[in-house]
Amino acid sequence: MGEFKVHRVRFFDYMPSAIRAMAFNSRTERLAVARADGALEIFNFADHYFQEKVIPGQDGRAVEALCWVGQRLFSAGLNGEITEYDLENMRPRYTVEAYGGPIWTISSNSQGTLLAVGCEDGTVKMFELLDERIRFQRNLERQKGRIISLSWHPSGTLIAAGMMDMIRIFDAETGHATHRLLVERGAGASKSKEVVVWSIAFLSDHTIVSGDSAGKVQIWDGLTGTLVKTHLVTKWDVLALAVSQDESSLVAGTSEGTVVQFQFIASTVDQQDKEWVRTRTFKNHSHDVRALAHTETAVVSGGMDTQLVVRPLLDKVEKNTQESALRKIAFPHRSLVCCAKKAGLLLFQFPDHLELWRVGESDGLGKPGDSLPVKRNPEKLIQLKRKGEDHICCSALSPCGGWLAYSTVSAVRLYRIQYNNISITKVSKLPKDLRSAHQLCFSSDSSKLFASSSHSSVVIVSLNQLECKHLHTLKPRSGSRQPVHLLFASEDGKWLAAANADCEIHVYNLHKLKLHCTVPVHSSCPTAIAIHPVTSNLVVVHADQQIFEYSLMQKEYTEWSRKLQKQGLHSLWLERDTPVTHISYSPKNPAHIFLHDMFMFCIIDQSLPLPEAKTMLYNQMTLRSLPEPERIRHSHAFKICKNFQHLLCVSLLEDHSLVVVERPLLDIMSQLPAPVRQKKFAT
Amino acid sequence: MAALYEGYTLCGLVPAQTLPNSGIQGVETERDSDHVIVTDSTRSVTLYKVSDQKPLSSWTVKQGQTLTCSAVYSSQSKEFVAVSDSKVIRIWKEEDILLDKAFKATVSADVWRVHCVPEGEPVVLFQRGAVRLLDSLLSAPQQPIEEVLAQEEAIRWSTNILAESKQFVIFTTEQKGDHFLYLQRLNPNTLQRYRLEREEPGLSPLSFSASYRDNHIRLLYLYPNGHVYQSVVSMRGLGADEGAQALPLPRNLLLGLPVGEGLLEAASALVLDEAHVAVVGVPHPSAGAGKDFLCIWNTNFQTLQAGKEMAGKIYGQLWGYSNKLFIPHGKTLSVIPYECPKSSLAAALGKLKQAKAPASVPSWNNILHGEKAQPSRTVETRKTVCWITEKHFQFLIQMAPVEEVQKEVEGLLSRADIQDLQASLGQLASTLVSRSLADPAFYTPSTLAQLVHTQSLCHSVCPDLVLLALEKKDYFLCQLCLQFFPDIPEAVTCACLKAFISMPDADAEKMSLEPESVSFMETLIVREHGQVGLQNGFSPTSFDGDRSDALSGGGAVLKTREEDKEKTSTPPEQICPVGLYKAVLLNEVLRTPYSDTFLLPHLKDLSSQQVVLFLQYLQFLYLKYSQDASTQMHGLRSPSLTQIMDWVCLLLDAHFTVLVMTPEAKGLLLNLHCFVKSQVRLVSELGKIEGSLQELNKMKVKKDVGQYSIEVIELF
Repeated sequence: MGEFKVHRVRFFDYMPSAIRAMAFNSRTERLAVARADGALEIFNFADHYFQEKVIPGQDGRAVEALCWVGQRLFSAGLNGEITEYDLENMRPRYTVEAYGGPIWTISSNSQGTLLAVGCEDGTVKMFELLDERIRFQRNLERQKGRIISLSWHPSGTLIAAGMMDMIRIFDAETGHATHRLLVERGAGASKSKEVVVWSIAFLSDHTIVSGDSAGKVQIWDGLTGTLVKTHLVTKWDVLALAVSQDESSLVAGTSEGTVVQFQFIASTVDQQDKEWVRTRTFKNHSHDVRALAHTETAVVSGGMDTQLVVRPLLDKVEKNTQESALRKIAFPHRSLVCCAKKAGLLLFQFPDHLELWRVGESDGLGKPGDSLPVKRNPEKLIQLKRKGEDHICCSALSPCGGWLAYSTVSAVRLYRIQYNNISITKVSKLPKDLRSAHQLCFSSDSSKLFASSSHSSVVIVSLNQLECKHLHTLKPRSGSRQPVHLLFASEDGKWLAAANADCEIHVYNLHKLKLHCTVPVHSSCPTAIAIHPVTSNLVVVHADQQIFEYSLMQKEYTEWSRKLQKQGLHSLWLERDTPVTHISYSPKNPAHIFLHDMFMFCIIDQSLPLPEAKTMLYNQMTLRSLPEPERIRHSHAFKICKNFQHLLCVSLLEDHSLVVVERPLLDIMSQLPAPVRQKKFAT
Repeated sequence: MAALYEGYTLCGLVPAQTLPNSGIQGVETERDSDHVIVTDSTRSVTLYKVSDQKPLSSWTVKQGQTLTCSAVYSSQSKEFVAVSDSKVIRIWKEEDILLDKAFKATVSADVWRVHCVPEGEPVVLFQRGAVRLLDSLLSAPQQPIEEVLAQEEAIRWSTNILAESKQFVIFTTEQKGDHFLYLQRLNPNTLQRYRLEREEPGLSPLSFSASYRDNHIRLLYLYPNGHVYQSVVSMRGLGADEGAQALPLPRNLLLGLPVGEGLLEAASALVLDEAHVAVVGVPHPSAGAGKDFLCIWNTNFQTLQAGKEMAGKIYGQLWGYSNKLFIPHGKTLSVIPYECPKSSLAAALGKLKQAKAPASVPSWNNILHGEKAQPSRTVETRKTVCWITEKHFQFLIQMAPVEEVQKEVEGLLSRADIQDLQASLGQLASTLVSRSLADPAFYTPSTLAQLVHTQSLCHSVCPDLVLLALEKKDYFLCQLCLQFFPDIPEAVTCACLKAFISMPDADAEKMSLEPESVSFMETLIVREHGQVGLQNGFSPTSFDGDRSDALSGGGAVLKTREEDKEKTSTPPEQICPVGLYKAVLLNEVLRTPYSDTFLLPHLKDLSSQQVVLFLQYLQFLYLKYSQDASTQMHGLRSPSLTQIMDWVCLLLDAHFTVLVMTPEAKGLLLNLHCFVKSQVRLVSELGKIEGSLQELNKMKVKKDVGQYSIEVIELF
């Protein structure tokens, strides 16, 4: 296969933001996750937990709670506003001020007609859900002290509110408080501190479950207002609660990073009376678990340590299947790195700035396994701070390195970069059609900029020194309203492929400026696309790890793709739990396809036989130990290299050297604040 | 350990006109060690009684005349001799009041110095190198004086020495940067000339000091770069070939003194005895760059033994007579008593073993700087008195009855700062011991115990103390010695051990021992009656259980439990085989430092009964320790587990063949075999852990990747 010079880059200081809140929509199987910087992410649990959509954050927007009402998604935060999101255009749709100070919690009734928010000033405010908007209806009886958590009774007639030192039950009709449940403070020194009821759940049998800052999970009888049982779960806070749909299981997340499960079961085998029994403890987080969701088969948790953890409940899933594996989602499922192949430049995207780096140089030659002496160190050329308060949602660098573009939800900005005496100039007059983009991409000769716009359309802008002109807007015939999240312009400048969240891939002929074809829709969302520079075959990798190769000439799957589908991918390949996020080709060998996920990069050699079910997929070590002539017999198409881990980008430069951008999770961990309690051996 | 005591002022210095001079030409002894003659650089000679710090008489030459060499005292004729204006020799007696009326004689050449050794005749050394006995010179004062030295050769220093009842005049000269040593013997006269090896160019010796010992004259000289050299001239064969030929004089570097910044300017080194050198004008190694220190160095160990900061300017002059150093500094001439007892290794190394009790080791800082804080004059004199009365003390101890000795020693210990007395306490103790040995009726147990308690003693200072205590069955004193002496020889340790083991228990009960060590043993023994507790979830594996485990494989857990239960009722190894006080003493032996090659031959002296008993006791301790980890925390008085194991091994090494043949030792040996097995198992497990931890370490090193690297990989 051969040797590669690898630029191993670890200076991308990507730092994900902490998870603040989440809400799971069991009907659409979408999980909405809100992060501390205000960004919102939508994961499709039906499609291999793929991160479908990302709505970038905004300075000053702190989401404290999320709530699905049917397909609509609402958030509320400490800025005192309620926001509804436009999930098709991936932007906030509108914002309503609640006039009650910071909002701690938001909850809708099961009928989907009312939205209740808990405010700092002690009011629970009811909003009526209209088709296009929400409208303030009334306040419930005002209380002393802030409303931290809310939960509707499934009937919609009662609502329980967690406060400081107590829980209140309101009659939703009259707005009067019917019960006051006093929550005991912590023992010892914390006796003088108010206890905060961080989370509350109102079950259909009028049981109320609360989690508080004294580390207790308490079960109350909501009819009589009496305490049924107290479970001391942690020395610290119980921050989050989540109940399964059938109300047979609930989970509590603590500051220690543990998630404790309770189940509604008979405590002894022959007993009829069921009660809430503490059953399992999961420890998948190093820091506070701030948000929890209980799906039918799994517990989803997230918090300060920024990772989203899907922990399948082994009594609900079949053992030793892909579904039963623990999944940690640490990196976004899209590329934050753009590599200018010709210029050897890297563009790193942060929420509030961009960094442009030039990779280093080395003239030495070395044996495999060597580290070469670095002749020229990598160099940060430009750090570009974004304008406005909206965070960056996408960015692109032209292959020659001369153009740089980024977009927020409100504007697209384009810059011209000179390298002889590094300078950056903003292109001032951009066409009106280029207002906001979900994805940006330059043509390979850097003469055109493609920007995906609303309703899966793609705006083409021609670039030259003098002016930037709107050339055309490409629209798919399907009329999909979903945003395009992947764009790829072919090397020869003839084709443009665009993939959207409806799993459609449209290929446009750029010479004729019209749709060339639509690739047959696969059930899983594409995670990476690329067009072969020589054969013009489109390669698509989906969230379910399937690989397709589609010939644009013949408008059909290629022979290799059919063979691959017929034989099936290797089971170990399918079991990987991070999506392929980038595909590139080798100019040297047209049969080679480079692709990578978080834990490996792979070169698919189309000229070699595909691995059979019984052959070893990860066979590099074996091949190394074999003598040269025998290697041929054992090698197969998938050359997988796991030398590099926690990959954000693997790209092939024009000089045939690889750029590998790593962001070790340990480095991320080391930047987190200290956890409340470090579990040490034998303590 | 050499010590410098608190000094006192002999006299003030005449403020010198030319700054580098102290104004003192010389200090010479008079009739005894307590009288000195001080000659100042201009006109007067003063006789002092040192201990009184008082001038007895003083003589002055007329104005216009100057004294050109320091006055000396001839003990034969009880006359003083001095030279004025280089050519006039003056001789007078103590009762002469006016110097001008005394005898004078003018000689034909310039005199360099007049020297006189006690019990010797004065000798006159002329500037051109000729030497005459005073008597023969005075018989014909105008006799011609030959020139010995070459042109441009000049005397730099001179002294005379009495060696093998022959008088020698030794002087050094300088000629164009070369230095020569002349050894002039009188009656018969011979002259030998040596050439000193050159130091770095431009450096001349700052001071010389000569001494005679073991048929050799030793010349010590100090260079400005801090090097102190010694050259040794053998008396044998001296004068065999007399000639002007300068022989090369070999030298060896005795000390490399720290000089701080730059070279030394005014410094002096003086031989005190075979191992000690007093140095003045050289910086103290741990007190910065200031050069105003008086230090005593041990040349054998190259260690600084004592040091003292001298207030005011140091002139590089230093005289020493009978345990007193005379040093002009600032505007005073101070007398500093010193002592250089024979160094024991333990003392030279700063008492390694007792480092645990830091208060007992005199800290350099205290000695050096602590005393700066006591400028009070009364304190000084009192200490002087204390030092001076020591002789009287020795006398007292040799003669006085027990009660008086006790009272006096108590008084001494309570009165003075013990650290200052460290050296003399040793002498005191050894005198006491030797008197006790000589006179069976005389024994002062409490006094000796007090002395040992000061922690100033060690075995090498009074080697008979421990044996004396054993002989007198003073086990308390034995215990103290074992505790506090860092250097007890293995033979003595073994003798103690033997005495302790064979001592009848009834005897032991009568003793009073160190309460702390007793209470430790008490808790250990008391615990045996209580339940064999589980601590921290750890249940001590009994060795019997281990054995059955080994026999029947892994499936004997239940059985072991039962056996355990049985054992809590009557565990044979759990009962202390010796009495409480005996155990305390044995512990003390266990804690004594030793070297096993020296101990082994002495251990063989033990009888097999003694060995078995001791082994049983060691096994008891081992079991106690392995059951209860907290036992070892009990304090300094308890032997450590390693010490116990080492003793077990040593005993077995020494007596194995005998033990194998002894029937009552069989069970014991089997048990010990199990010890060893469990230890070996533990060590092998630890070895495995160590190995895997090391592997971990290696892996980590590999993983270190920086922010950026360019690597080459190969795919197949």
